[in-house]
Amino acid sequence: MTFTIPIENGDSVKNAEADSQRTLYPYVTGTSIVAIKYKDGVLMASDMGGSYGSTLRYKNIERMKAIGKHSLLGASGEISDFQEILRYLDELVLNDSMWDDGNSLGPKEVHNYLTRVMYNRRNKFNPLWNTLVLGGVKNGETYLGMVSMIGVSFEDNHVATGFGNHLARPILRDEWHADLSFEDGVKLLEKCMRVLLYRDRSAINKLQIAKITEEGVTVSQPYSLKTFWEFKAFNNPTAGAEGSW
Amino acid sequence: MFRNQYDTDVTTWSPTGRLFQVEYAMEAVKQGSAAIGLRSRSHVVLASVNKAQSELSSHQRKIFKVDDHIGVAIAGLTADGRVLSRYMRSESINHSFTYESPLPVGRLVVRLADKAQVCTQRSWKRPYGVGLLVGGLDESGAHLYYNCPSGNYFEYQAFAIGSRSQAAKTYLERRFESFNESSREDLIKDAILAIRETLQGETLKSSLCTVSVLGVDEPFHFLDQESIQKVIDTFEKVPEEEEDGGDGEAEAEAASAAPAEQGGAGDQDVAPMEM
Repeated sequence: MTFTIPIENGDSVKNAEADSQRTLYPYVTGTSIVAIKYKDGVLMASDMGGSYGSTLRYKNIERMKAIGKHSLLGASGEISDFQEILRYLDELVLNDSMWDDGNSLGPKEVHNYLTRVMYNRRNKFNPLWNTLVLGGVKNGETYLGMVSMIGVSFEDNHVATGFGNHLARPILRDEWHADLSFEDGVKLLEKCMRVLLYRDRSAINKLQIAKITEEGVTVSQPYSLKTFWEFKAFNNPTAGAEGSW
Repeated sequence: MFRNQYDTDVTTWSPTGRLFQVEYAMEAVKQGSAAIGLRSRSHVVLASVNKAQSELSSHQRKIFKVDDHIGVAIAGLTADGRVLSRYMRSESINHSFTYESPLPVGRLVVRLADKAQVCTQRSWKRPYGVGLLVGGLDESGAHLYYNCPSGNYFEYQAFAIGSRSQAAKTYLERRFESFNESSREDLIKDAILAIRETLQGETLKSSLCTVSVLGVDEPFHFLDQESIQKVIDTFEKVPEEEEDGGDGEAEAEAASAAPAEQGGAGDQDVAPMEM
């Protein structure tokens, strides 16, 4: 079964007009996703912001969605491309369930399908401008993987996108361990999200945590983290810099 | 079956609602040498009789590996069988590439059946003249399917196709209820015994049959001559009692089955293209 991804006049190699339809830059973007494996499955955290350049324009964007029965997809990067990917996956899951034969797509299959899609788009110089995190549980096996917009794909016990790679993963490398309880997992994710909130300009203080286990997906209601700004250094930040304000 | 005015074209119905060309294609399957499949909860065994054109040539390959978890045994026009095996391998590997996961057998079998159906509804095509026993493993366990030139497919606990397959089927009918719980070794033994039934008293030697196995934690592979001979030795050691009883039954059944099968072929020998 082939899944065609139709773009009108899409062949930019042969058609000059199609060139103007290639993705050159992202416009409305989501920031980091952080995800970890824990005892019962996968926990994933993201904020609900959609930035328009440096403006925090949209504050109610769900960047994590359930895929089929066994997977959870989180995305950072261009929101419209994420929505497009959700459409492809919708079709994939629909066709899979139409077989009605006791087989179903697991997280590994979805991850690899996405890898193929992302890599193929990259080869046509028309990428889907996202970094995707795919987590899931099937038949007792927990799976967590990532695909970038250029098709780089891998699995790990904890993954993060964007700024999360630089700010969250060091924390996870130190503090993640196998068989985290749900409470410990959430605490760990919140620790990472708090750092991101302080340091990532595109982060907003409205986040969701999603969990996926053998039973299925639950995405929490949005909530905010407590922050602390009374550090002495914040009180008079320019004390040492003459002439600044 | 006799010639009639509705059997020239595959796209012509008979007044009684039959497509004779499709039925003739199914006759071709009966002309090929026997192929047998059986499955347990965790394993599938496919076996075939090695038939050679002449003493000078090697025997035709009738069992093909489609993937680590799927094998197929054919009977009928081997050329058609080879082409369909190639199609199956292609579908399987494309699925593996996209999803890094084995193609569920049930889905492969449906695609194969749909492909065969197309040939029953085009005036410029003919049906594939080969029956396929597809054995494989997927999430829901071990499966054995039979794909027909008509585009139908059925799932079986055990089945035999090709010439003198009725003898094998009778043997399998007696035993099939225990197959689900059979051990791998017992399953192989039953497959070889079923093959023996189709040989009509010819002594069973490992050179006369090909046996393949696949199972949970065991990718598809052929058994070597030695292993097959070892299994044969375990039951050929009781020649007098077993063979008389067994062969007597087999012969009687085969004798009654043979005229029915050969009636279709009529006065022709097996065509050289069919094995």
